[in-house]
Amino acid sequence: MFRNTHLTDRLAKWLPRLVLTPSMVMVLVGVYLFMVWTGWISLSSSRMVPHYDFVGLEQYIRLWSTPRWHTAVINLFLFSFLFLAITVGTGLIIAILLDQNIRAEGALRAVYLYPMSLSFIVTGTAWKWILNPDLGIEKVVRSLGWESFVFDWITRPNFAIYTIVIAAVWQSSGFAMAIFLAGLRGIDNSVIKAAQIEGASLPKIYRSIIIPMLRPAFLSVIVLLSYIAIKNFDLVLAMTNGGPGSATEVPSTFMFSATFRRNQMGVGAASAIMMLMTVAAIIIPYLYSELKESRHAD
Amino acid sequence: MPTKTGSARKSVIIGKFIIYGSLIAIASVYLMPLWVMVTTSLKSLDEIYSGSFIGLPQAITFDAWAKAWGEACIGTACTGLKPYFINSLMMVVPAVALSTGLGAINGYVLTKWRFPYHNVVFGLLLFGCFLPYQAVLLPMAQILGILKLSGSISGLVLVHTVYGVCFTTLFFRNYFITIPDELTKAAQIDGAGFFRIFFSIMLPAALPILVVSCIWQFTQIWNDFLFGVSFTAGENTPITVALNNIVNVTMGRKQYNVDMAAAMIAALPTLFVYIVAGRFFVRGLTAGAVKG
Repeated sequence: MFRNTHLTDRLAKWLPRLVLTPSMVMVLVGVYLFMVWTGWISLSSSRMVPHYDFVGLEQYIRLWSTPRWHTAVINLFLFSFLFLAITVGTGLIIAILLDQNIRAEGALRAVYLYPMSLSFIVTGTAWKWILNPDLGIEKVVRSLGWESFVFDWITRPNFAIYTIVIAAVWQSSGFAMAIFLAGLRGIDNSVIKAAQIEGASLPKIYRSIIIPMLRPAFLSVIVLLSYIAIKNFDLVLAMTNGGPGSATEVPSTFMFSATFRRNQMGVGAASAIMMLMTVAAIIIPYLYSELKESRHAD
Repeated sequence: MPTKTGSARKSVIIGKFIIYGSLIAIASVYLMPLWVMVTTSLKSLDEIYSGSFIGLPQAITFDAWAKAWGEACIGTACTGLKPYFINSLMMVVPAVALSTGLGAINGYVLTKWRFPYHNVVFGLLLFGCFLPYQAVLLPMAQILGILKLSGSISGLVLVHTVYGVCFTTLFFRNYFITIPDELTKAAQIDGAGFFRIFFSIMLPAALPILVVSCIWQFTQIWNDFLFGVSFTAGENTPITVALNNIVNVTMGRKQYNVDMAAAMIAALPTLFVYIVAGRFFVRGLTAGAVKG
């Protein structure tokens, strides 16, 4: 009898940890072991099927001597920079406008946010159609009388990447708006009232008081948007499929085609590790600071 | 300042006018793609090629919808989107239930039954939310092959559960941390055990975050493309992959009305969820970003 209660006690003590175990195993295997595994493949000579030999950094050398990868990396930086700058700007402007005691705020907010609920494949399909030079915007403007109007970026190698920026900004700026709005609502009104009494104009109050106070919101938005930018795969595939030629190739589409279409599994794995390291460089410091702060809050 | 009230009121009115004007202008840009998708899907192909893409249809026809749903060709199979829509449903329901259930109990353990290094465990899970999935695609394909789940909907359910648990745990952990520990302590003194406390105290209190988690997981899994295209092929693909295949058919005269109807069909479930429970969707979107 005594032994039995002892056992139940021990079980009760271990039960919480036991319950957590399946998830922990899934994550340790699915996230961490698989990351190491991909790293291992990137150091092997794998092409069509994985080989587990060791060839050092050969695949990385091959990767960085592939012109297509250079296009992908340049596109990623170009896309990320424009996407972040425009999305943050638009999101902030909409949030500030919505924060002025607007009557139909709920309805407007819903309109700005609905693109986030849609799949990139769906919105990519829609934008591909809108930007189609034969039937989309170009045709509409021409039919309005501006016969020489040209908007064929999606078919021009040097401009196609900007059309992806347009669609991505449309999709994500509502999200930036939501975070900024939450940040604005968290600001103590008495600070603003005090500044108003001292005669500061509204734009000045925003520039010198409110926007600096939104620093945490800025940090969150920039980190999350960078992650969306690096991950961007569906949208490119749906809109341009990496083309024309390889003009809109980004690391995620490069990884996919190297691995599944061109039988260069080793190179694909190496490119995946490059992506992982880029994300880790942004996310780990962010998570570390968030966790440290929340521990203070406890 | 009383003399200034007249002009001040005037500038306030002008200000309001500018604010509302810009908000409405921006809103119309946001709505334009949806408008274009809906109107295009209701036009006949002849009207699309002869007219402008932005106007209302002259004669509304649901032919494109019927075709997208039941006849459109994906590869060599001309079945329309219907079977793929069902695939996605079969994938999304168990994957949402599993990942949300696991997330709920994980969040409960991590906040109310803390153990040494519980923060490390949480940190490890948290990084999983930001994992670029390209870094796990190859091993996952291998493991699915070993488990005989390659190319199957069950395989996708497993994959979405594994990576969904990171998000759902985050949601529930951040929610349960706001529930006072005294509540569970008191229940423990009354003799309630681990599961009893979970099912009769924590879970009923967690209804709002339960909704957030389900909506977030539903949209993520329904909208997923990368896992679908990497791990399934042919008749087992989810709807996003099938849609992309319909749209990328290059033969013959491009049927834009069918493409748009197909895109709308793929979008309707998440759009519906967003319209019905938008408030919770927003909370899910910002949950990871703003400390609650």
